[in-house]
Amino acid sequence: MIKLNVNGTTQEVDVDPNTPILWVVRENLKMSGTKFGCGIAQCGACTVHLDGKPIRSCSTPVSAAEGKAITTIEGLAAEDGTLTNVQQAWISEQVPQCGYCQSGQIMSATALLRDNPSPSDEQIDAAMKGNICRCGTYPRIRKAIKVAAGAKTASTEEA
Amino acid sequence: MGKWTRRAFIGAGVLTGGALVVGVAVRPGNPVDELKGTLAKGEGEELINSWVKIGTDNVVTAIVPHAEMGQGAHTALAQMLADELDADWDKVEIMEAPGIGKFVSADIGREFLAPTLEVPAILEPTVQGSFLKLAQAMNLQITGGSFSIRGTGQRGMRTAGAAAREMLMASAADEWDVPVSEIRTEKSMLIHDKSGKSEPYATFAAAAAEQSLPAKPKLKNPKDFKLMGKPIARKDIPPKVDGSAIFGVDADIPDMKYAAVKAAPVVGATADSIDAATARAMPGVLQILNMGDFVAVIADGYWQAQQALNSVQTKWSATEGDSLDQDAIFARYTAALDDAGTDGGDVETEEGDTGNAFASADIQLEAEYKAPFLAHATMEPMNCTAWLRDGKCDVWTGTQSPLGARSTIADTLGIDMENVTLHNAFLGGGFGRRSEEDAIVMAVRLTKAAGYPVKVIFSREEDTQQDFYRPSAMSRFKAGLDKDGKAVSWDNIHTHLFDPADAPTVPYYNIANHRIRKIDVPMHLRFGPWRSVDHSQQSYFIESFVDEMAHAANKDPYEYRRELLAGSPRHLAVLDGVAEMSDWGRELPEKHGRGIAFVPSFGTIVAEVAEIDMSGPKPRVTKVFCCADPGYAMNPDGFAAQMESSIIYGLTAALYGEISVKNGAVQQSNFHNYKMLRIDESPEIAVKIINGDAKRLGGAGEPGLPPLAPAVTNAVFAATGKRLRELPLAKHKFA
Repeated sequence: MIKLNVNGTTQEVDVDPNTPILWVVRENLKMSGTKFGCGIAQCGACTVHLDGKPIRSCSTPVSAAEGKAITTIEGLAAEDGTLTNVQQAWISEQVPQCGYCQSGQIMSATALLRDNPSPSDEQIDAAMKGNICRCGTYPRIRKAIKVAAGAKTASTEEA
Repeated sequence: MGKWTRRAFIGAGVLTGGALVVGVAVRPGNPVDELKGTLAKGEGEELINSWVKIGTDNVVTAIVPHAEMGQGAHTALAQMLADELDADWDKVEIMEAPGIGKFVSADIGREFLAPTLEVPAILEPTVQGSFLKLAQAMNLQITGGSFSIRGTGQRGMRTAGAAAREMLMASAADEWDVPVSEIRTEKSMLIHDKSGKSEPYATFAAAAAEQSLPAKPKLKNPKDFKLMGKPIARKDIPPKVDGSAIFGVDADIPDMKYAAVKAAPVVGATADSIDAATARAMPGVLQILNMGDFVAVIADGYWQAQQALNSVQTKWSATEGDSLDQDAIFARYTAALDDAGTDGGDVETEEGDTGNAFASADIQLEAEYKAPFLAHATMEPMNCTAWLRDGKCDVWTGTQSPLGARSTIADTLGIDMENVTLHNAFLGGGFGRRSEEDAIVMAVRLTKAAGYPVKVIFSREEDTQQDFYRPSAMSRFKAGLDKDGKAVSWDNIHTHLFDPADAPTVPYYNIANHRIRKIDVPMHLRFGPWRSVDHSQQSYFIESFVDEMAHAANKDPYEYRRELLAGSPRHLAVLDGVAEMSDWGRELPEKHGRGIAFVPSFGTIVAEVAEIDMSGPKPRVTKVFCCADPGYAMNPDGFAAQMESSIIYGLTAALYGEISVKNGAVQQSNFHNYKMLRIDESPEIAVKIINGDAKRLGGAGEPGLPPLAPAVTNAVFAATGKRLRELPLAKHKFA
């Protein structure tokens, strides 16, 4: 049995300690917001926080989480359901398309903004380049991070 | 609406207890009685038509017969219906239509099989009827071809909304004993100003049953649109930011087990034998199955299944494809093109005398282009969960083709389609990949073999190596220009024509003599539609060669295209639009360049300008400007998002995209060797939309892609003088 603290709740799971956190969260704890994309820490769809740091849960064994706090996308909003600034910016900038990578994108962006409340473009790129989006929402992700950080920009025009 | 005959497509019926049902049929006849049991299940809910339902709480539910894969179709289609219905947007809900025969999208069949078909109005129902038959035979309820808005939305959803509104107004007029012309509607309310009466739609939903069917419901003019044309926020986005959105891979069925699969590395091979001694001893492993064309391990968890599968040694049978390498494939194309010579192959389009015009031209230009195989690489790997029990099968997945999938499942199991229920979830990327049914068939075969519910998930490696690829292709051009540089002949022959038929053609360019031919070259790889389908290669070939013609004529590539488009004001407006927004003449720094490309596809006219910086260690596209005329953008923000999306998808392919074959098998396996564009390489993108003709809508999901690759390679030429006649850029060395 492995004792895990996920989104503030402590639970015991009976799994092989080598099992990646991703599959424990999805299959044993039935929280499906964290996604499988590549299995080799290349795409970031599985990003969760381990003691506040973004990690690739597809390539981190669950044994590494013992005694630490895991935060998943389900654990970001306040208890009353109020979304975080990052989540709200993701809605206001209409970031997601298919949405599959967005849990990971939001987890990476959340960690970035906590450590660096007003990141430059280069800092955004550096923090977010581990997260692939096939729908190409990158320009909107940049905008949303700036909105969440309090700096708004616009570039789409209509005629 | 044009020639569309509406009467046949609107039907009505009465639910038990006298409640109203009205349907916009997708085939002549009345679909409503067959639909009502499926769609109107809630207590006191009434089905107003097959695409709209009004509940006792006055909630309007738009029933959308298309999958949501990020393209925003659910919201845009609901917008179209709700606007015609004058519904309160805050109380509009969206439901995806179940995969049953009544939601067949016949327009898809028509669009793909005869996209240029124009028939006299009187014959339209017949033609449409035959396509409907065909569509049903092919079990189409496809989301693809950039067709949801311009087909289903324009012809179905709007009519449904308008018809429902007219019937509600008529019943209110009867009840209040006032002329219907004095009744107005607003935010799901019926209002009679003179008497001060107002009631929610729900009050009259049942009474509307007494009304005769509107044969020709009046659709709004764009000036009266309240929701259409507005950048309304998508309703599927909130669940996509808190982890609650459910995709196919998230299906959670009691007692389900997990399967990892490995299909034959060379298509057509079968597993002669497997050595699974190690796998059998691994924890959680339940079954190891040689399914012939694939091997599967079923375990308590997916990771356990995949680990065990990785240890299975499989001996695959020999096939004819085993000896095939990448160079040999292109050598085959070359040989086939050589064989076709100057007059072989199938003529797709021919006008004038290309041979003579070329022979007597002042400037003669020839070039050969190549484009590689591409995988789709949806972020959500292919997956499917299936549960066969008591002769009935439930399937959970994300598919672009739910009806086709149901039919295939029924065939695979030898049961009736009625015994197959398909639960379609959000699609974690589609791009054409999720119109294929391979993962679905695997899951169905495995639940049958295992006797319990099984969730199949492709590893990323399996997803990359078992795709239905965008075909690689080659194309040869000859062009003749007169002494002023004006194009007088265009002669093209290319390999592969998949879809759509207009992809290799350039009817919008004024070139007096032209001929386009194709040759088919058999290949063992499986091909499938890939975002924008054949436009993805053909537009790269065409717009690169047009750029070569401009330079041969010593003319600016934008001005040269202006001349080719003379007399086509809508096309010119788009081309001029992108030149203006990109400030075309502006001077760029050393080793920077810009390129332009123009491609009408899927009914939408698009021009793009890419700016590239060639000064660093690798090419960097810094800016992309996109001007598009989709006729009318139903949701301009959603449309812009699709342009941005197509540009990034196209840029990934242009810079990196290449699937190569060695010994018949695909070499790439995961994102480290099948590279994706990342945020640090993402250009700034500006989109300008022109609403050029509200009566002729174009698509959104695909037309932004075709101009991207040639805009980039033309920019490389402008910056370096190097003409890239083969994609991707990663194949080329830049000093």
